[in-house]
Amino acid sequence: MPSTMDTSIQIEGVTKRFGSFAAVDNVSASIARGEVFSLLGPSGCGKTTLLRMIAGFEQPDEGRILLDGEDITDLPPNRRKVNTIFQNYALFPHMTVRDNIGYGLKVAGRAGAEIRSEVDRMLDLIQMGDHAGKKPSQISGGQKQRVAIARALINKPRVLLLDEPLAALDLKLRQRMLIELDNIHDEVGITFLYVTHDQGEAMSLSDTIAVMNKGKIEQTGRPEQIYEAPRSSFVAAFIGDTNFFEGKVTAVLDDEYSRMTIEDLGEVLVFNDKRIQVGSPVHLSLRPEKFRISRESPPENGRTNRLEGVVEDIVYLGSHTRYWVNVKDYRIAVTQQHGRFLLDEKPVAWNDRVFVWWHADDGFMLEQYREDDEELLTSPGE
Amino acid sequence: MADRTSERKQEWLISAPSMVWLTVLFLAPTLLVFAISFRPSTPFGGVGEGWTLQTIRELANPNYPAIIWRTVWLSLATTVICLGLAVPCAYFMARARARWKPVLLMLVIIPFWTNFLIRIFAWKVLLHPEGLVKKLLLAVGLVEPRDILMYNENAVLLVLVYSYLSFAILPIYAAAEKFDFSLLEAAMDLGATRLRAFLQVFLPGISRGLITAALVVFIPALGSYVIPDLMGGPSGEMIGNKIAQRVFVDRNLPHASALAAVLTLAVVVPMVAVIFLQRQKKPARAKEAGG
Repeated sequence: MPSTMDTSIQIEGVTKRFGSFAAVDNVSASIARGEVFSLLGPSGCGKTTLLRMIAGFEQPDEGRILLDGEDITDLPPNRRKVNTIFQNYALFPHMTVRDNIGYGLKVAGRAGAEIRSEVDRMLDLIQMGDHAGKKPSQISGGQKQRVAIARALINKPRVLLLDEPLAALDLKLRQRMLIELDNIHDEVGITFLYVTHDQGEAMSLSDTIAVMNKGKIEQTGRPEQIYEAPRSSFVAAFIGDTNFFEGKVTAVLDDEYSRMTIEDLGEVLVFNDKRIQVGSPVHLSLRPEKFRISRESPPENGRTNRLEGVVEDIVYLGSHTRYWVNVKDYRIAVTQQHGRFLLDEKPVAWNDRVFVWWHADDGFMLEQYREDDEELLTSPGE
Repeated sequence: MADRTSERKQEWLISAPSMVWLTVLFLAPTLLVFAISFRPSTPFGGVGEGWTLQTIRELANPNYPAIIWRTVWLSLATTVICLGLAVPCAYFMARARARWKPVLLMLVIIPFWTNFLIRIFAWKVLLHPEGLVKKLLLAVGLVEPRDILMYNENAVLLVLVYSYLSFAILPIYAAAEKFDFSLLEAAMDLGATRLRAFLQVFLPGISRGLITAALVVFIPALGSYVIPDLMGGPSGEMIGNKIAQRVFVDRNLPHASALAAVLTLAVVVPMVAVIFLQRQKKPARAKEAGG
């Protein structure tokens, strides 16, 4: 655990119950100073409740929350050095953009001239100088978003809490605002706690992602750790898409590789950095884009596994194509960038007999598997 | 632009029937009342021929200023108290859980199921020297046995507030129901105390409801007749009672009309002023938007 000096927010065994339902269930986490930390999870996973407890809008039933080493669990929201960007921006509709941005300073009792110059500085930062006199109803969604950011940042909070800040924007604007948020973070350098259900947002913005499910944090790590090395079936299925295979370890070859048998499919080579033993049941997660697909037999190199099947369905998705390949009783999702990658330049078609193959390093053994999580996977016809 | 004008035409067509209705049954009678104020009265209670300013001069009756003052302050006090009670009620109704809201709304509306007069008579029973309220207050020691709870201004004010409270709650509740309560969290997040957030964010947020409620209470309170008649006695008379006296006792229709005209003006002038002020705000906003 990092020392208090570089920990911005420390969450210690926090639980929040609504009736008998534990929205947040004994969660502990440590957020480093200056990083973008994302809470990522489906709706109802408790991520917003956790953010609201840090903001002070909800009281935890158990546990403590520390800000820069100081216990803030019992402080009301107006006495915490954190500020929030709300999902619907929550700009005051009866105030102008200028008054909205300056509200925090006005409440703090700062002098009028000082407020004016600070607001001007923020208006510059968000490039909204021309709109200072407008009411929130007269500006666009993206502009409201920027005003909300300025209104929070002007108070120089130690942590900025962002509650699904881009959810109300359309795709293009969302991508632009994401870059803007990143730039603003670089400029102000304070800790961002970012709550979202959108893995793309979390991936592109975060230094650290905590994946939440049913009130608990399932895994915390850098974006590429979360994606490439998911610990549980939930993380594997919620972030991106994947295929699950159930099997048994037949041999541990060395520190890195094992062999496992998958029922009906035979033996495959798997990468293995976990201490597993021969005979233990394991679940393998294989992401669709890790597969290659071809009509010809793939080249052998001792590290690849291959299966033979029939193309059941092809879904064109623009930037890539999704193939559903039936291998015995399995239906495997395979993603390729486009259909003309084969040597004979003829795209794979329905009912083609094909090989699918993958490098042993690209399969990942899960530490935790729950049957329910299969429902998170895409399946054809959906 | 063509669409605009055809839209306008449609608006006029749709509102024509109600315009005609209001003109014939509301505007015309009101203008008649104004006209009759300038007619002489006849000894048998009729309206004479010709025009005269006699009635207007009679309004300088030394009794009137006191009664008009009482009417205005009772109405203002009713409005302020009703709003003061309605705002917290509406706040809690709007924040109540979804399944409780219809129940609470029902509780506000239920009194309307009983006739207005019966409810006022019920107050007479309660405030009666042998009534429940008097006995309770005596038991607690808040009143002396000789104190009279009825037939004074305070009794009128109490029943006015009671009668108009629902009318104040409903428009404020309607506004509070649409209010985005995350704004209060936003204000507190920015450092405001709960009270400050309430005053600076909630009250401005429901200002439309507050204005409607104030008008809906103040205007009928000004014209109150039954409540001061039953609860007020001679020391609690309002201008409505005087108008009734002029019609039923003095049988002087021009005089009654003149008083009614004064009352109408007292209601219409502030209302027009409010509408005018709101209109003035809007173009200012439109200009900003254009820039």
